Amino acid sequence: MDITIPALILCLPLFMFLLLGIAGCKMSHKLAGWLGCLGMGTCLVLSYFTAFTYYFDPQFVAENGERIQHTVFNLTWLQFTDNLTINLGFLLDPISALMLVVITTISFMVHLYSLGYMEGEKGFQRYYAFLSLFSFSMLGLVVATNIFQMYIFWELVGASSYLLIGFYYTKHSAVSASKKAFIVTRFADLGFLIGILVLSYYTKTFDFIKMTSDPSWVLASTEGATFMGASVLTWALVLIFTGGMGKSAMMPLHIWLPDAMEGPTPVSALIHAATMVVAGVYLVARMFPVYMMEGAATMFIVVVGAATAFYAAMVACTQVDIKRVLAFSTISQIAFMMVSLGVASLGNGEVSHHGLGYMASMFHMFTHAMFKALLFLGAGALIHAVHSNDYTAMGGLRKYMPITHWTFLIGCLAIAGIPPFSGFFSKDEILSACYAWSPYIGMWMSMVAALTAFYMFRLYFLIFWWNNPDYGHHKPHEAPLPMAIPLVVLAAVSCVAGFIPFGHFVTWDRMPYDIHLDWTIAGTSIVVAVCAIALAWKMYCKENGLPAKFKNALPALWDWCYHRFYWDELYMFITHKIIFNGICRPIAWFDRHIIDGTMDAFATVTNKASYAIRGLQSGQVQMYVWVYLIGALLLAGFGVLCLIM
Amino acid sequence: MDYSQFLAMKQEIGLLIVFLLVFLYDTFMPRSAGKQLPVFASVLMLIFTAACCFCPCLAGSESAFAGMYETSAVIAAIKNILNIGVVIVLIQSVKWANSEEMAPRRGEFYELLLVTLFGMYLMISARHFLLFVIGLESASLPLAAMVALDKNRYESSEAAIKYILTAVFSSAVFMMGLSFVYALSGSLYFQNIYLALTGQHSTMLVLALAFVISGVGFKLSLVPFHLWTADVYQGAPTSVTSYLSVISKGAAAFAFLVILCQAFGAVYANIWEWMLYALIILTITVGNLFAIRQRNMKRFLAFSSVSQAGYIMLGVIAFNAMGLAALMYYILVYIFSNLAAFGVIGAIENATGKVSMDDYRGLSKTNPRLSLCMMLAMFSLAGIPPFAGFFSKFFIFTGAINQGSVAIYVLVLIALINTIISLYYYLLVVKAMYIAEEAPVVETFKSSCGERIGLWITIAGIIGLGIVSCVYNFLLDTTATSAINAYFM
Repeated sequence: MDITIPALILCLPLFMFLLLGIAGCKMSHKLAGWLGCLGMGTCLVLSYFTAFTYYFDPQFVAENGERIQHTVFNLTWLQFTDNLTINLGFLLDPISALMLVVITTISFMVHLYSLGYMEGEKGFQRYYAFLSLFSFSMLGLVVATNIFQMYIFWELVGASSYLLIGFYYTKHSAVSASKKAFIVTRFADLGFLIGILVLSYYTKTFDFIKMTSDPSWVLASTEGATFMGASVLTWALVLIFTGGMGKSAMMPLHIWLPDAMEGPTPVSALIHAATMVVAGVYLVARMFPVYMMEGAATMFIVVVGAATAFYAAMVACTQVDIKRVLAFSTISQIAFMMVSLGVASLGNGEVSHHGLGYMASMFHMFTHAMFKALLFLGAGALIHAVHSNDYTAMGGLRKYMPITHWTFLIGCLAIAGIPPFSGFFSKDEILSACYAWSPYIGMWMSMVAALTAFYMFRLYFLIFWWNNPDYGHHKPHEAPLPMAIPLVVLAAVSCVAGFIPFGHFVTWDRMPYDIHLDWTIAGTSIVVAVCAIALAWKMYCKENGLPAKFKNALPALWDWCYHRFYWDELYMFITHKIIFNGICRPIAWFDRHIIDGTMDAFATVTNKASYAIRGLQSGQVQMYVWVYLIGALLLAGFGVLCLIM
Repeated sequence: MDYSQFLAMKQEIGLLIVFLLVFLYDTFMPRSAGKQLPVFASVLMLIFTAACCFCPCLAGSESAFAGMYETSAVIAAIKNILNIGVVIVLIQSVKWANSEEMAPRRGEFYELLLVTLFGMYLMISARHFLLFVIGLESASLPLAAMVALDKNRYESSEAAIKYILTAVFSSAVFMMGLSFVYALSGSLYFQNIYLALTGQHSTMLVLALAFVISGVGFKLSLVPFHLWTADVYQGAPTSVTSYLSVISKGAAAFAFLVILCQAFGAVYANIWEWMLYALIILTITVGNLFAIRQRNMKRFLAFSSVSQAGYIMLGVIAFNAMGLAALMYYILVYIFSNLAAFGVIGAIENATGKVSMDDYRGLSKTNPRLSLCMMLAMFSLAGIPPFAGFFSKFFIFTGAINQGSVAIYVLVLIALINTIISLYYYLLVVKAMYIAEEAPVVETFKSSCGERIGLWITIAGIIGLGIVSCVYNFLLDTTATSAINAYFM
């Protein structure tokens, strides 16, 4: 493929960032917004073109039907040794093409939506500049040809996420949320970096294609090296996964994501629902053949994923803030993808199941991005209308906001797994993969799916039905056009995306195969979902005493769920009480007294020496020449000394 | 005589043509057209540089005049690097050259500058000490005249007389060293000296080495042969100072490396490496210690350039292909960073006549863009990522460490500690510009077109060279395949 279009896909958002960042303050809000949309729109068209060419042009399919991994360009950026170089490139393969489509679609929708949502906000241009920066970093991340490039963009994504969460920088909660997100993910990235270094130390490469095309070679290169009872490869893969846990908000590093909802809602839709948070899934998918070689690391992924999925679903059932509900729902759904990848790589001996979980995970990543962005943007429209995040301020809104209502309902049906909406198909594939590996994990995930349907419809009924609060004179209004269009488009995509024959495009070995719905599993999950929705309808459709009764029946459980199982408090305790007192204070003392003291002494000596020799520069030429001559002779003397030694 | 060997000297001949055109323009054009001379010279030099950069690279090396002269891809590259620096200097000095008091001497500046550049070309290409001395002298003596260009100013003539006296003395010492070398080897060809001195050691050879090193060290202003630097940098017109600090230094550094490896590379146990070792430590440290105390910006940059010369020498002592590539890259980056700093200093001096660091207080409030340029230049000189200066230091340290001995590790450690000291004084400037509370001294002013173009180029270089890696990779590829590699062990 020609280098121009892929290079443009990366350069355009970067250019828009620089343009809006530098010249933005001299533009009007309108111009900046439309420029941002135009830039992203062009990027969208180019990405669609690239992905379309990749999927349908026969030159990207090998003779045996395998889709080839195509490196469009790969420039050496920093050369450490002959083998170990950091390259910057553009890798086109099924998953990166898929992500190009997802990122540019959602990003463009969010750009458009923000025209309405952010109208009149202070720093409008800055907002668009950061959106462009984020899009650039995310695109760079998915097309990375090597793990170090991915790491670079991974950090850039983290930085732009930080900037966007803290967009309302005068609001205290937003500032602390952005700090929290940055610190937690950065902490996880430390693991990622160590993992990269360990892996590259043994394999002598950063390159994805080299590592994944022949993973047995990776295994062989780390042969025999162990650390604390586990093989080095396991350590490296688990550490790399730690980075993914941070970005994808897996337990116990999930605590930043609910707080990140302090950012503007479109940002939550783009970054904290559809794109950045699936980076961890993407990372594991990228390294999938290597993970497949290493049972212990994948077991870890499955356990973490399954625990997170259940935990987040439980918490989502009790939250009041609608964005928090969606945030926990996101955590739970990403955990679905992780589990799916995990069981795919473990397999049960039958080759088709390797493919199934991987394909299902990518499929769910695609459909989830669409319907979760839809739900977030819908939530944004609601917040825009009633000026509050809490469902207690909403209720009966279906009459005031029909478009938002219908699109939100489609989103809920999709995530609950009701056919023919997209979520049904992808979730069914995930459950099939889980059942194929182990019925227990399958049942566990089915239970989480039921919880998903329940909390989503709890939210839906509480917002759109329940009881009208007194809206007063200020009646809620329907979303303006720029906000309504993305809702309708994403809802339409959520309706039809399930019918895409996904197995033809994205599989782990890049060989196309047909998807078969397993109707036993699909039928069961439909029944389960419908029961959960019915329960939600019974409890929340009309104002009644059932929820309160339920809460009083299980006060402890409700309390734990409501307080997110006290994870934040636990973190507070560990950091403030144990780490601050036990580790930080001694280090601070050491820093202040020993290190600073040494440095001060160093500075004093330097200063004294500098003062003492100033006479050398007397300004007299005779003196200069003398010093020169004596210097030359001393140099010769030194040389003779070296000779004798 | 086979006249076709002149073809090997394409760059020299091109430069000569540029010189002649400038000379003819200056001599025969009417007085009224004199104002266009600076632009004319800059454009000519730019065309010449572009032509050199884009002409096809030499595959191997070519030599002429019975091996006295040699050129190759590496040599062409270093000349191109110098050319780029000269173009920037010329662009930056347009306003100064067009000032009223420069009117009678305008042409001289350009002619002398091109002649010294020609001398540096010869220094770089010489493979015979006679040709080298011709290059060295024609790169030194006209410089004294350039330093004195501002002859009505007391400091300028004082600087010139100091420069010429020390330069003459250093040349004498250098020639003394050469005569010893001749006595020992019976030839002045680098190649013959190399063969004759293989494995040799004697007190006379050590003395010869010390004298030769001190002669070239003078041009590089290595400690203790650096004492002229501060006075000359301060006294000379700023455009001349910037030329002196980067171009003259870059040429000398490369020539130094060539002499040491091609003529003295085989001397017993590489005694000169130990001499250089001592000189590097002295240069970096003493340069830094003096720089801390300076309040005059030009004096301050003089000592900073002394200490930078020590870092450049790390590329020589590395004694491998990577060290050579790193040295060339360091010179290139240093040209951009230092010229950015001098560009700002020159702009402020031309507009207000102020050169003290105290006058820079609060500059960010009155001249935010100039302050930004200065800050970036300081960051790059100090080696803060992601600016080019960080990468050049990184590569030169890596090149040195690749040499592998424990002593080198110690040397690099000392150099690293010194970067901390240098950070202190570079940041002093930034502090004065951005943090100082006092009322700004320098009024808001509009810098001239040439100064602005020069600063844009240098800032683009400071930011771009670090990120666009192909420049360094190109240098690495060029050096890895060059003939000079045979001398590295």
